[in-house]
Amino acid sequence: MRPLTPARVLGVCAQLFGVLFVLVVISLRMGAYPIGVRDIVVTLFNGALGRAEQIPMEFSLVVFGLRLPRIALGILVGAALSTAGAGFQALLRNPLADPYVLGVSSGAALGAIVSLIVLPFTPGAVQVAAFAGAAATIGAVYFLGRRGRQLDSATLLLAGIVTASFLSAVIMFLMTILSSRDLRGMAFWLMGDLSSAPAVDLRLLYLVLIVAAGSIYTTSSDLNLILTGEQEARHLGVNVNRVKFVVYVGASLLTGLAVSVSGAIGYVGLLVPHVMRMLFGTDYRLLIPASAIGGAIIVVAADLLARTIVAPTELPVGAMTAIAGAPVFIYLMRRRVR
Amino acid sequence: MSAAEQNRAAVATPQPGAATRTIRVRLKVEQVSFAYSPTDRFAPTFTLGPASFEAHPHELVAILGPNASGKSTLLRLLAGLAKPLAGRVEVDGEEVGSLDLRTRAKRIALVQQESELLFPLRVWEYVLQGRYPHGRRLRFESDNDCLMVGNSLGQVGAEALRDRWMHELSGGEKQRVILARALTQQPSLLLLDEPTQHLDIGGKVELLQRLRRLADETRHTVLVVTHELDLAAEFSDRIVLLHKGKCLRVGTPAQVYERELLEEVFAAPLEVEMRPGGRPRVVLRGDR
Repeated sequence: MRPLTPARVLGVCAQLFGVLFVLVVISLRMGAYPIGVRDIVVTLFNGALGRAEQIPMEFSLVVFGLRLPRIALGILVGAALSTAGAGFQALLRNPLADPYVLGVSSGAALGAIVSLIVLPFTPGAVQVAAFAGAAATIGAVYFLGRRGRQLDSATLLLAGIVTASFLSAVIMFLMTILSSRDLRGMAFWLMGDLSSAPAVDLRLLYLVLIVAAGSIYTTSSDLNLILTGEQEARHLGVNVNRVKFVVYVGASLLTGLAVSVSGAIGYVGLLVPHVMRMLFGTDYRLLIPASAIGGAIIVVAADLLARTIVAPTELPVGAMTAIAGAPVFIYLMRRRVR
Repeated sequence: MSAAEQNRAAVATPQPGAATRTIRVRLKVEQVSFAYSPTDRFAPTFTLGPASFEAHPHELVAILGPNASGKSTLLRLLAGLAKPLAGRVEVDGEEVGSLDLRTRAKRIALVQQESELLFPLRVWEYVLQGRYPHGRRLRFESDNDCLMVGNSLGQVGAEALRDRWMHELSGGEKQRVILARALTQQPSLLLLDEPTQHLDIGGKVELLQRLRRLADETRHTVLVVTHELDLAAEFSDRIVLLHKGKCLRVGTPAQVYERELLEEVFAAPLEVEMRPGGRPRVVLRGDR
């Protein structure tokens, strides 16, 4: 019997941060303009200490102007989608729940597109609309997925898949009839990529990530009990409705946040929490931070591959995550059927 | 004086200098009724009550009745999971409905059939969940919590199962582990909804013996919803007999087990025999 301790949570997070750091350095090194690892470390070190004058101009431009913002965006998106996925899996008591599979990402993308049409120059409107789209979609999928008073696992997934394809069709329709407007490409909203910098300050987006993921983390002990059954959780003193509300709002916010800056990147929310469960167990007190950092690792790695595998052409990062994620989804679904 | 009688005497007679208040009545149910309708527009499809009875520390009470008699509804009312239409349910002198969720979980543990687990759990992880109401909302378990898990598994004879996976357990083993989690809550009132349902006769007797020992040797009051007339007569101190949503009789097994009454309630030809110890036994009458 080895119950989870704060030291173990911190230890696992430190290891994952180590992996992320190595990946960030590799990612900074790779590209059309090669920079040595030593130069990258020195540049990062000087940048962190505010010694801008000691950094060569070209390094400053490539590292801080181009590559680091894109990596920071990847970390944000990966952490947000993975935490949202882990939250949705507990909220809906379904191991196959994921913002993309359930249509929540498509809902957020549609919200963002509508806001770009209606309020094209309002700062933050895309993020708010993406959150509203995500929240409305998960609400609709939740009610469509019920049979009688019970949430049925298969019906829920079908409801999600149908909603996702319906919303994708609406996105395609809007993109086709409004092709002259500046709405970014269709592939961005349907597949997702990290090549364009967001219009909103990245620090503000990180603040939203920390608040939303932190709110979900405060319910992690409750989520452990809800996973063994809502009725049992109620008997043990869990305020199930409060927990569901916090996770519902938090996960919708995270999905809206990710989709508003990167489009609909699929399967990260499904893949990462399951890999983390296999590595570190099912306890949400460890799973949520591990998924957040693990999600950052996966998206940064996927983006690195996406921009180097067929260089100089770039693939959408969503294509890379879908290539890896879809087989995992099928494996999990078949294992569940057995 | 038997161990059980000594225990009851200890509860009724406070020790000199004892700081804690002695609880004489653990559970008090006063004229409790309930009505269920699928929507507000329709008349109730099921009504219960009014029911009144008491249960004391060290007692084992059986709630008996045929299917759809209201047993599980009554249990939900006692657990505070449903609000009575009228009347009061008190545990240790406080109305159940007025207790916040965590306080209620510290006083009342409800054992039902286990739901399907979404992800695999070890037995010790499952039992450790019983400590949830005793800490902050986001918490990490202490050494004391682990000690409690060991004690609870010991009380139900399941120490050897500690590191097994929940999904690998047999029906009887799982039932003991679910009971251990309830004991880890350290409740004063233990409610069990048809705990013998999936057990063979050996498992049923073993479980009832265990519950009897728990009531005798600890401070728990145990209420069991069951269909097992003979086991209820053998192990319980008090019977609450329900039929079609009405509380027909409350009393000792000898007071409740009357042939005409049981035949009417269970719609079967039954014979009640009184055994030497004063406990009745129910057999099927041969003249069907």
